[in-house]
Amino acid sequence: MVAISCEGIGKRYRIGREERYRTLRDALTEFARAPFRRGASLWRSPASASDPKPELWALKDLCLEVKHGEVLGIIGRNGAGKSTLLKILSRITKPTEGRAEIRGRVGSLLEVGAGVHPELTGRENIYLNGSILGMTRREIDRRFDEIVEFSECGRLLDTPMKHYSSGMYVRLAFAVAAHLETEILFVDEVLSVGDVAFQDKCLGRMKQAAGGGRTVLFVSHNLLAIQALCQRALWLDRGRVIAEGRSAAVISDYLSHVRTSTTEVFYEDPTKAPGNNVVRLRRASVRPLSESNSGSITVRTPLLIEFELWNRKVDLRFDYGFNLYNEYGILVFNTGTVDCRSYPAGLIRASGQIPGDLLNAGVHRIELLVSQNENELILVCPDLLTFEVGDSLSLRGCFYGEWPGAVRPNICWTTEVLG
Amino acid sequence: MHNTGATAAVIIRGAKSSWSLEPRELWQHRELLYFLAWRDIKVRYKQTVLGLAWVVIQPLAIALSLSLFLGRLVKGSSEGLPYPLFAYSAMVIWQLFANAFTDSSNSLLANERLITKVYFPRLLVPLSAVLASLLDFSISLLVLALFLGYYRITPTLAIAILPLVVLLAVLIALGVGLWLAALNVKYRDVRYTIGFLAQFWFLATPIAYPTSVVPDRWRVWYGLNPLVGVVEGFRWALRGAGAAPLSLLAVSACVAVAILMSGLYYFRRTEDTFADFI
Repeated sequence: MVAISCEGIGKRYRIGREERYRTLRDALTEFARAPFRRGASLWRSPASASDPKPELWALKDLCLEVKHGEVLGIIGRNGAGKSTLLKILSRITKPTEGRAEIRGRVGSLLEVGAGVHPELTGRENIYLNGSILGMTRREIDRRFDEIVEFSECGRLLDTPMKHYSSGMYVRLAFAVAAHLETEILFVDEVLSVGDVAFQDKCLGRMKQAAGGGRTVLFVSHNLLAIQALCQRALWLDRGRVIAEGRSAAVISDYLSHVRTSTTEVFYEDPTKAPGNNVVRLRRASVRPLSESNSGSITVRTPLLIEFELWNRKVDLRFDYGFNLYNEYGILVFNTGTVDCRSYPAGLIRASGQIPGDLLNAGVHRIELLVSQNENELILVCPDLLTFEVGDSLSLRGCFYGEWPGAVRPNICWTTEVLG
Repeated sequence: MHNTGATAAVIIRGAKSSWSLEPRELWQHRELLYFLAWRDIKVRYKQTVLGLAWVVIQPLAIALSLSLFLGRLVKGSSEGLPYPLFAYSAMVIWQLFANAFTDSSNSLLANERLITKVYFPRLLVPLSAVLASLLDFSISLLVLALFLGYYRITPTLAIAILPLVVLLAVLIALGVGLWLAALNVKYRDVRYTIGFLAQFWFLATPIAYPTSVVPDRWRVWYGLNPLVGVVEGFRWALRGAGAAPLSLLAVSACVAVAILMSGLYYFRRTEDTFADFI
């Protein structure tokens, strides 16, 4: 039995505007111009009568079939169309073209705690959130105790959620979602929340769901989780299917592809650089700290990271930093300034060092973050830099296998013989 | 749980095949409608010292200031009601309308995260906002009953049309709310228009003054404002004396149907793109 089938699904977005929404004035001027444009297009062949607004196909010609009880992992870089696919299948947004058919009751979990209200208590939010996710009040009643137990927030059940720590907030929200009893489940990157112990618990819950004969579509950057949960995987890039098949095979294909490194980006033309009216990127690079080391990076090499930013606002106060991910999509660390300094308008160079003997071997990705007012992000550049850290033969004794772990610090051991 | 034996396939495609309200789907989500309205009510007066008292304070304060400043000007022509009662009764039904239409107009934006992350019939959002405003209304209605008692006005049979008038106000508010909520997603200008529109509408409705002050030749145009019929009908239902404003009510009902149907149509036609534009 087929649970989900897609035929030629495509989704087009219009881009190229800084403001995300239109003003009435835009619509009016467009409306006034429309007859002229229509007239003009008579003179041109339809192919050349291109819309001045650039378009982006977030998904294109996607065909897919998922059987009942199958667990499909969807991987790909940011902007590959993974979330768009789940949004279309959950009926949040319509495809521009194509057709999909879904058999079975759908539950989708695209964001932990969508609809949770901070002023309401935990108990109230369990009902509200459950209802939003599509549970009936009876179902929630029946599973209420289980949900509370899973969330580990029993003590605070009658406290408004705004007093919860962010960890508890996420736990409660996920607990509700984890008890959805639908035949089909769409999950988008929700396992990357909470502390490690809770992530484990969520993963266990997902395994249970996957094993219980339910159909699951699972989007994640965490390739290890995908490999553990899914028999089959789909690799998307720029809206198209690159590979599909056994998850282990697809993941290894994907990994060999993303191992192409970008150690420097430079934007000569500010209008094309990522950014906005406040800050804009000019250059970013990662290279070995010492000049003598000609390009190759190993686990022992200290690295120099540089960002050059145009600051467009006089005396803008901001913090910058980056997230460093490894090839499994695990956040290795986050670093950045915390003093919210004020900067003059103009070009700013930020540089920082990653000490040697810290990173493990493998491909690493850097995501640049610029924020103001403590934690309001004003610029995020995912996958800005990609570089491979090579292994080093020193410090590994006689072991030649893959060194486990997210980091590989060189710990100094002292051994005393005590008797 | 729903019966899973014979689940009908859900077809997803770009163009909407037909325009329908899909009442079955709405009915399936009735609990969510209730929960959304319940949330709005619960949250509304949290962390306020006076809490629910605000429901009464707002219309009372306005009615009081109207009595102080305008009461003298229209003396003798407040349709046989003491001016404070004349103003307050209109304020009660006006506040229902104004709250329902402003809240539903802003409802989609206020629930942005839901719209972009969860699927459910979008109609529930403005609908729940309208529903939530009915609670406030019922409280101020109680205060109105006390007022009537104080002025020793006994309701007559005319009170029977009160629910109809209230329904009319709610439907107009919903119709306007649907239009503005859907427009608000795409054009943020609407947000700034709502407050202005409410003020303008307030002045164009016989709340502070009786309809009789409007010159005859303007009366027809004036009556096209569906709230004229609503407010006049509401006062008549309480007063029970004089001629029933039947023609005004009929016009109101027609305008209400037109606004509501067109609002529903526009909302349903644009709802597929809400998640992309919001």
